Amino acid sequence: MGKYIIKRILIAVPVLVGITIIDYAIMCMAGSPLEMLQGPRVSEAAVEAKKIALGLDKPVYVQYFVWLGQLLKGNMGYSIKSYQPVAEMISSHLGPTLLLMGVSLLVSLLAAVPAGIYSAIHQYSKGDYAVVTFSFLGSSIPGFFLSLLLIYVFTVKLGWLPSSGMVTLGTKGGPGDVAKHMVMPVTVLAASMAGSNIRYIRSAVLEILQQDYLRTARAKGIGHFKVIGKHALRNALVPIVTVIGMEIPMLFGGAVIIEQVFSWPGLGLMTMSAITSRDYPVIMGVCLLSAVVVLLANLVTDILYALVDPTIQLD
Amino acid sequence: MAKIYSEKKTYGARENTGIVKKDIANESYSQTVLRRFRHHRLAVASLVVLGILGGAALLAPVIAPYEPDAIVGPFGGAPSREFWLGTDQIGRDVFSRLLYAMRISLLVGVMATLISTVIGVVLGLVAGYFGGVADMAIMRFTDMVMSFPYILLVLVAAAIFKPGLWNIILILGFVDWPGIARLVRGNVLNLRETNFIKGNLVAGMPTGHILFSEILPNTVAPILVYATSVLALSMLDEAALSFLGQGVQLPTPSLGNMLNGAQSLTVLTKQPWLWIPAGLLIVVLVMAINFIGDALRDALDPNSRR
Repeated sequence: MGKYIIKRILIAVPVLVGITIIDYAIMCMAGSPLEMLQGPRVSEAAVEAKKIALGLDKPVYVQYFVWLGQLLKGNMGYSIKSYQPVAEMISSHLGPTLLLMGVSLLVSLLAAVPAGIYSAIHQYSKGDYAVVTFSFLGSSIPGFFLSLLLIYVFTVKLGWLPSSGMVTLGTKGGPGDVAKHMVMPVTVLAASMAGSNIRYIRSAVLEILQQDYLRTARAKGIGHFKVIGKHALRNALVPIVTVIGMEIPMLFGGAVIIEQVFSWPGLGLMTMSAITSRDYPVIMGVCLLSAVVVLLANLVTDILYALVDPTIQLD
Repeated sequence: MAKIYSEKKTYGARENTGIVKKDIANESYSQTVLRRFRHHRLAVASLVVLGILGGAALLAPVIAPYEPDAIVGPFGGAPSREFWLGTDQIGRDVFSRLLYAMRISLLVGVMATLISTVIGVVLGLVAGYFGGVADMAIMRFTDMVMSFPYILLVLVAAAIFKPGLWNIILILGFVDWPGIARLVRGNVLNLRETNFIKGNLVAGMPTGHILFSEILPNTVAPILVYATSVLALSMLDEAALSFLGQGVQLPTPSLGNMLNGAQSLTVLTKQPWLWIPAGLLIVVLVMAINFIGDALRDALDPNSRR
């Protein structure tokens, strides 16, 4: 086991380095962030001075190694726009995003696991068709459109829920206020995740239900509930673990758009503004962070696999 | 795995036993597929809906009552007999724009899917068949592309390469392939161990022939199923990008950028005809594609007993 984990980490490191190289290459093709500074009130000498101060006058590969060297020392650089350290910016925006992502993941699993299992056990029943159709709807509706519909109904028409931010402006907030602000973004994120999860879990459970050991369990006459609860559910854990592993990168991406629509003060909103102002150190930081998260999620999924299903061989 | 195995059997039979049986074998497989597909009523309905919408999109220049970019009516006029879905903020006919937008969105989806399928198939074939260093390099590269948070990569790329129709198609095409590459590689690894491929090797067939005429046809079914989901995803991504203003640029209408206006409060609250039809159209199109993909998955599965 320990050997396997070390081997996986050793494979992940070159992948991570590769990602940073691709990131850097894309950004070099994009042109200089100084273009954003230029204007009638900025003299050319000032731009030139800025260029040297930011190290942009050196060749690209030198810039990359400087960045990498600083990173290894724990310094992710400074925002070109606000001069704040990137690490500080990320950590101050990480909280709201993690809160939003964690709650959405939990809600989507709470909806998808029972629905998927119900649907598989009652295959081809009316309930099954309803669940599957809903799951297709969930994965086919664009997140931003669902957000707009929810805002239209619950904010504009009914006035029940706030549509932007994390706390009501001018107040101190508090858990109740934050929860109220979270209802709509969480609904949107959870709906799109639950959509694909339900079908995944359903087909996995269907496959388990056809296994010989379940037929044996039924033949023993131990009763429907025990067959499902004890023999089927335990084996359904493997697909559920996979689903969680697959969701994490998707959540990171989905959050960018949802945070934009609901002005949720998280990483996504910060990233969008960094993208529009070409704040490269910040974009690099976010790309690096998300790549690490994705690679970690893959690793943890594989390890959990082994824990949940002892028949899986690691090599 | 078993999926490929039984498909291969039909294929092998047709190789060995001459023309007459080949026709029968072929016929019966496609008939089974058709019969199974018809079983999925939602998919049949989806096919009809997609046909109608696709036809309307293709025939947009004929059907549309007005030019999509022409200013023909009042600013932000409500739906009326003259303008079925009202007019937008600068007086263009929403219904006509919707038809053209559907055209653009379908074009982006289909082209991006084609590009990513070709890239994925070629890389998957090479990685799976040749193995070794090529496999290692390709799969690590696949890991890298997959480890980017998808939307983030697309957004950064779109911001950098100047948003526009063809750039969006290329960007989506270049990020969607890893899934297909992995799928094809896995199938090739299994096929390589089968007797009919080994037979080809012993007979000294050229590599190109083995790859494209022997291996590829046996892995078309899963690719097709996967491609439908890529089509649905890339249409959703185009919509999201254009909604954020990083995709297809005005005045070219796309289903996503028609929703862009709804970010303003007046449009959102007072002029729902400007954004709800475009959004619903995305949902209907993507859902139809997903249902068809689902039915294809069932229909093309040789293990299914239905």
